[in-house]
Amino acid sequence: MTRSLQLTADGQLKHLLTLDGLSPAILTRILDTAESFIDVGEREVKKVPLLRGKAIFNLFFEPSTRTRTTFEIAAKRLSADVVNLNIAASAQSKGETVLDTVSNLTAMHADMFIVRHAQSGAAHFIAQHVEPHISVVNAGDGRHAHPTQGLLDMFTIRRYKGAFHNLRVAIVGDVLHSRVARSQIHALTTLGVPEVRVIAPRTLLPTGVEQMGVHVFHDMQAGLKDVDVIIMLRLQNERMKGARLPSAQEYFKQYGLTPEKLALAKPDAIVMHPGPMNRGVEIDSEVADGPQSVILPQVTYGIAVRMAVMSLLMGPAQ
Amino acid sequence: MKLHIKGGHLIDPMNGIDRPADVFVAAGKIAAIGQMPDGFHANKTINAAGCIVCPGLVDLSVRLREPGFEYKATLESEMLAAAAGGVTSLACPPDTDPPLDEPGLVEMLKFRARNLPGPRVYPIGALTQKMKGEALTEMAELTEAGCVAFTQADTPITDTQVLLRALDYATTFNLPVWLRPQDFYLARGGVAHDGPVASRLGLPGIPAVAETVALSTILLLARQTGARIHLARLSTRESAAMVRAAKLQGVNVTCDVSANHLHLSEIDLTSFNSNLYFMPPVRGLRDRDALAEALKDGSIDAVCSDHAPVDDNEKQLPFGEASPGASGVELLLPLTLKWAEEHGVPLSDAIDRITWKPAQILGVPGGQLGVGSCADICVFDPRTRFTVSSKTLKSQGKNTPFLDIELPGVVKATVIDGHLDYEAI
Repeated sequence: MTRSLQLTADGQLKHLLTLDGLSPAILTRILDTAESFIDVGEREVKKVPLLRGKAIFNLFFEPSTRTRTTFEIAAKRLSADVVNLNIAASAQSKGETVLDTVSNLTAMHADMFIVRHAQSGAAHFIAQHVEPHISVVNAGDGRHAHPTQGLLDMFTIRRYKGAFHNLRVAIVGDVLHSRVARSQIHALTTLGVPEVRVIAPRTLLPTGVEQMGVHVFHDMQAGLKDVDVIIMLRLQNERMKGARLPSAQEYFKQYGLTPEKLALAKPDAIVMHPGPMNRGVEIDSEVADGPQSVILPQVTYGIAVRMAVMSLLMGPAQ
Repeated sequence: MKLHIKGGHLIDPMNGIDRPADVFVAAGKIAAIGQMPDGFHANKTINAAGCIVCPGLVDLSVRLREPGFEYKATLESEMLAAAAGGVTSLACPPDTDPPLDEPGLVEMLKFRARNLPGPRVYPIGALTQKMKGEALTEMAELTEAGCVAFTQADTPITDTQVLLRALDYATTFNLPVWLRPQDFYLARGGVAHDGPVASRLGLPGIPAVAETVALSTILLLARQTGARIHLARLSTRESAAMVRAAKLQGVNVTCDVSANHLHLSEIDLTSFNSNLYFMPPVRGLRDRDALAEALKDGSIDAVCSDHAPVDDNEKQLPFGEASPGASGVELLLPLTLKWAEEHGVPLSDAIDRITWKPAQILGVPGGQLGVGSCADICVFDPRTRFTVSSKTLKSQGKNTPFLDIELPGVVKATVIDGHLDYEAI
């Protein structure tokens, strides 16, 4: 179901809702396309005319600054018209349903919806109900998926490590609530990373996470040993209230990435973070700003990856 | 009105009948089985050739949505749907608005139902006022008004002291208490079975222990108080095992399972279809299979439809924002027949689980067709299969996960209190 919803009958990407179930070929094609867009951002005129005349609506039912901005920049670099809708503050509070919002925007001749919503499955729901010419890109739904973030992380890893088949990758932190972690895990396992580890206390891991193809570690020292890539996840403050953790201090001591813990990984290991960072909670500033950190390049690559996704979904090549 | 149900195969589990036999109905009662009584002149003959003739179905959980939720469904629409499903008696939980916690509300519902064609309606009263789990309702008064049992529906009592006192008070008057075991805190915020599928989909989970922790409390209280407890809609493998063990130890409990949970599991959730959003959630394959097995061996006594018609606007939402439940009163028979087919259960045992057993749990007439008993009868064609569609459903709620699925068993006629209340054209 999930699979068929985001692919056309001949296997082309129609929507991007989740990385779960996408083939290595499709993921690689997106990454390769993103490579070709990297230099657009470095030109004096940062624009290509691929999506001229297309209307892209940023539908953010949940507030976001960074993701929305990078989608907006990506769309503009492809010469599309972009409309930002902060629905959290408008229609929904007036009682309009998601479907009403979507039909209204469809009537404004939208070509693509970029959707963020607090409910897992919201992007699927919208994709199931839009007109057939409209593509939906999931920009984060609940705890479920954040596929473009997962892809930009893969792009970053490939840029720094060259390939996936010989890597050990550790994802550290609040996997339970993280749509980013789920998308990363699907992408890493699909692209052939032989060992994906998750490192977290039991209160921050989903039930049966091993069935997603990862190895579970509760001891960060053991989990970081000889890894090539460390992905730190953001820890929300409300986790302390829900009795999942006692304090930010204890969390940092056990699961914060410090120079000492980083030293257990391979000497050329890279450190990633989807942002926004909590310095001193999940990551030490010395590591975040250190030579092994690729956190800022991730942001830059995010634009190229989102350009690739948009152009593949509705570019002239289709 | 005299009816002659002719040429059918009679299955009446309680009376041990499973053979071809005509049924004769007069003055609302079963007048004779097999031989036509002398001087009997039928006003109407129902041709039951190729059909099963059995007691009318007794459904332990049908939401009629009145009072308060008439936009989801009305008494008329749902009673018609129930009759079309072969249901002749139904219990309706008190989760209306306002909840059925005052005699006047119960009397009004009984009065409205009595004046409409369709099944006998047995209200289950609220166990606590406003179903808040704090103060007891006037259970004796409510019983006089027509309540046959008391329940919290889907809102568990969090205060165990209140639960104990509610059981003690009900037991004073020998009133049954129906409880759906669920620990409020362990289930809080969850929308799907806490397992690998919910983890993958990022749906907040309701762990199996949310049910078994509460069940364990209830079973201990049942043992202490001797209360007549009916456990509604068990969903886990462990629950089935706990009830089996408790019954062997002589604890006074009965239990049911919803027809949905005999067929669906977490695996079906992968497209985020909100028609699969249930309370309790559909669980793992092992749970589903254990429930099916426990129903077969009698540890679980009965199947109910857990009918919950939901308005389109409340279903056409992202999974976690939708209202839970499915319209199901018309599918109770087909889903029970499908269970019997898949698990090698004799037809007579399958019918027992939706007629005699639930009638015993409710403590009401019906569920059997002995001469002189009330003429609540279902005639169905067990061989014809049909495809569920929103067009064929008579319920106002078209929300079912079985849309486009082919199921066995088509109801041909439903006789309630001697009246032909439904006849398929």
